[in-house]
Amino acid sequence: MDWFGFLFLIEVTIGGLLSGVMYALVAIGFVLIYKTSGVLNFAQGAMVLFAALTFVSLVEAGVPFFVALIISAAIMVALGFAIERTVLRPLANRSPMTLFMATLGLSYIIEGAAQIIWGTEVHRLDLGISNAPFQVAGVFISTFDLVAAAIAAVLVATLTAFFRWTRTGLAFRAVADDQFAALAVGLRLDRTWATVWAAAGIVALVAGLLWGARLGVQFSLSLIVLKALPVLVLGGFDSVLGAIVAGLAIGASEKLAEVYLGPFVGGGIEGWFAYVVALLVLLIRPSGLFGQKLVERF
Amino acid sequence: MSTALTDTPLQSPNILRHWPLIALLLAAFIAVPAFAPVYVMEAILLPFLALALAGVGLNLLTGYGGQVSLGSAAFMAVGAFAAYNIQLRLALPLPVTILLSALTAAAVGLIFGLPSLRLRGFYLAVSTLAAQFFVQWALTKFGWFSNYSPSGVISSPSLTLLGYNLDGTTARYLLALSLVTLITLGVWAFTNGPLGNDLIAIRDNETAAQIIGVPVLKTKLVAFAISSAIIGVAGFLWAFTYLRTVEPAGFDHDRSFDVLFIIIIGGLATLRGAFLGAGLIVVFPLLLSRLSALAFGGMIDSGVLELVQRIILGTLIIAFLVAEPNGLAAILDRAKRRFARSI
Repeated sequence: MDWFGFLFLIEVTIGGLLSGVMYALVAIGFVLIYKTSGVLNFAQGAMVLFAALTFVSLVEAGVPFFVALIISAAIMVALGFAIERTVLRPLANRSPMTLFMATLGLSYIIEGAAQIIWGTEVHRLDLGISNAPFQVAGVFISTFDLVAAAIAAVLVATLTAFFRWTRTGLAFRAVADDQFAALAVGLRLDRTWATVWAAAGIVALVAGLLWGARLGVQFSLSLIVLKALPVLVLGGFDSVLGAIVAGLAIGASEKLAEVYLGPFVGGGIEGWFAYVVALLVLLIRPSGLFGQKLVERF
Repeated sequence: MSTALTDTPLQSPNILRHWPLIALLLAAFIAVPAFAPVYVMEAILLPFLALALAGVGLNLLTGYGGQVSLGSAAFMAVGAFAAYNIQLRLALPLPVTILLSALTAAAVGLIFGLPSLRLRGFYLAVSTLAAQFFVQWALTKFGWFSNYSPSGVISSPSLTLLGYNLDGTTARYLLALSLVTLITLGVWAFTNGPLGNDLIAIRDNETAAQIIGVPVLKTKLVAFAISSAIIGVAGFLWAFTYLRTVEPAGFDHDRSFDVLFIIIIGGLATLRGAFLGAGLIVVFPLLLSRLSALAFGGMIDSGVLELVQRIILGTLIIAFLVAEPNGLAAILDRAKRRFARSI
């Protein structure tokens, strides 16, 4: 491989890692909910769509940026509480698979509602982050991706701090550890779940803004759930660290495969490549890279 | 354990016990072709039969076997495209074509069922999505599958059986109905037979099943293969008898979710459930558009209507999971008991 080929390899890898951060960003929303309530929330993608549509519609209606941000966050928190009340509470103590199917239904409701309320056209979302690539030692890096990665890092740091140092975070960890023990010491499960769903709503808002700025705010935004699932499987459903590492691994391998393997099979392999990577790893480690060893939850 | 494998309803001595089913079949085979308008057969009964069969296939895997699959549409696509290519390249008689395409779907199902040997629950459900995306990609990407048709959409070749042309609506309906009836009877025998018992044992407690000597790996793979084969035939019906076109886009993950919704709403681990659920999924959108045309006189455009339909479908799923986890089949049973008591 010549020097330019090598630079190109580096560039592709960095690009892949940065888009992996974006996958991880969506996956973290899943992990939050799975950790504390054992629910694989398929509606996370729909929540991303809903959040982004809400924000962009507010901005287009003339609401200032930060006010729109706060209103959207408030709406996502309200949505989280509403979901706990109407879907989770009636289904408490049911099998994880039942809850998963309920979130499938939920994703239909949220997707439909988002588009009825805010319309189906594609919105442009400009966060004021430059999209121009800059050059480091001959390698081009996208500014936007770098800023997105920084935002993701801040989000993860905030979440980690929240889990470690606040009473609510402690309650989250207790519930994640053992629901019955948490109930026995007097923690309110319903309240914890509502808070977790609200937090996942905020994560969805952040992911929605960044993905929306990249792809435009439209229905296909809710399909990023399908991008996040292999990341989750690879990293383990209950590990934030796993989501990040797996996001990076999948982002990089996907881009490398598309560039170096794609031409041999006709391209367009990014739709399934991540799933195959995840599957191969799972055949060796059935609980993902960082998941709890206990997979037999049935 | 039960020896019901030989006890198919047709040979059963108390054949009269099954009179509602027999009456239903008679009506479906004789009265419908004689009296039903073409629209009812084309727009309701043909998609209903195809989706019901897909539901029967998925129910075998998910309802009886406890293995959730989100990739049903992929196996439908495999069945449809296999039938198309076999007919195009080998020109075999129709029954052989259908059998071979079912076997192809079974083989593909076996490959994507391999992860089930090590994975469970969500990890397995997500890995079945791999089948969904891979199959759709392969069918779009490699022109050979669609005989290099430029649009990727192929009108399905005409159906002939023993020299008779089956392209008419009634003939296609009878073909679909016969296949669905035969396969459903087969599945009924399977689930009541020893293999079916093994499958249910694995669903209820895999470790316990293994301890009493159930061959877990073999049973799971057999379930994947049979279920995929049935769903493959459903794909053949969908493409050849209902749509009359074969295209990968019709078999996306939304269709997979539809099939899953059919068995949730209809009732897991019941054969009736697949039919009841499929009926609802097919009739409900038609009913909704009729209703809105009646109530609002076409003021609601079809885009909004589709969204409303999505919301109602999602609400139905949650409502059923909360209020009646055993689905329409359980509601039907209750209604029947109440009716029996009242007379």
